[in-house]
Amino acid sequence: MAGPMKMRATLAGGGTAAANTEVRVLMTHPMTTAQSGQPLHFIQNLTVKQNGKTVIEAEISQAVSRNPVFSFRLKGGAKGDKIEVSWLDNKGETNKIESAVA
Amino acid sequence: MNRFLSGLLFLTWACGPVSAQDTKKEIQKYQQMIAEGSPVELFELEGEALWKKPQGPHNVSLEKCDLGQGPGVLKAAYARLPRYFKDADRVMDLETRLLHCMTTLQGRSREEATKRVFGNENQPSEMEYLSAYIASQSRGVKLAAGRSHPKEKEAYELGKALFFHRAGAWDMSCASCHGEENKRIRMQELPVMSKPQFARPIMATWPAYRVSNSQFKTMQWRLNDCYRQMRYPEPNFASDATIALNTFLTVTAAGEPYRGPGTKR
Repeated sequence: MAGPMKMRATLAGGGTAAANTEVRVLMTHPMTTAQSGQPLHFIQNLTVKQNGKTVIEAEISQAVSRNPVFSFRLKGGAKGDKIEVSWLDNKGETNKIESAVA
Repeated sequence: MNRFLSGLLFLTWACGPVSAQDTKKEIQKYQQMIAEGSPVELFELEGEALWKKPQGPHNVSLEKCDLGQGPGVLKAAYARLPRYFKDADRVMDLETRLLHCMTTLQGRSREEATKRVFGNENQPSEMEYLSAYIASQSRGVKLAAGRSHPKEKEAYELGKALFFHRAGAWDMSCASCHGEENKRIRMQELPVMSKPQFARPIMATWPAYRVSNSQFKTMQWRLNDCYRQMRYPEPNFASDATIALNTFLTVTAAGEPYRGPGTKR
């Protein structure tokens, strides 16, 4: 079972034309590599949605650390926007978290 | 020899592009960077789930556990430990008290509850998760370990004596490494733990996540590992000696607002 995730989404420079949405997300994952002697287990895909629309699709390799943290800066945005981050690993396990921009 | 060394240090400081001050600043920058990406919050979430999970022969959670502020009160509990508990007639630190609740409330045997007190990177221990969650509930609260009850005073004095007591294969004491200012091992500064100004920032950030091995570490582990490094026999988990040392260190750090669980190299 996938462990917890935690996300913070905040608006930087709110109200101005140069507003940015800053997203910081923590995820629990062993991220084991082929060299660890354990079965290969790592996050392969990362998807970020802003109000239901996919804005980032990323491919992650085994080189990323255990329990990784990612941060993104999305152009524009407003308070209350729904940000959803989900991951899919090589075993087909998945987890997601959704929160509103503060 | 000392004069030669300080002369050398001065030269490095005066002419070298990287001074001791710069090194210190770079280390601080690195520590700040790792703290920003710390997965400590994930451990707190897992700990909260464990705190509320019914377990043991009595099939109850730890939610009625009295950590010193009343049954189930977590706010400020960690910052006021170790302290004397009347029901156990003993000074206890967080892990010792948790063990007490596991054996009394949940009806688990001490043997079963201590089978795995220190985890590894693949499977953290129950104590580690719980410590992360409970300590996080003291953020902003000033450290105030018990120091009024005779047993608390006794623990403090014993801890102080242990800190300076040299023994073991290498004839070392805690003070052998933590007794002199401006010493470090590689990037790790060695705080003089018997002085408040050094003990404060350290005690305010333990328990902590260590990035170098992806593990969450408790204070009992920290003391246990110091004893391992000094080549002493392994101290018993939740023993009077480890609680006394923890009492001595936390009392020395009294008044510092708690800001952990921290992130270490």
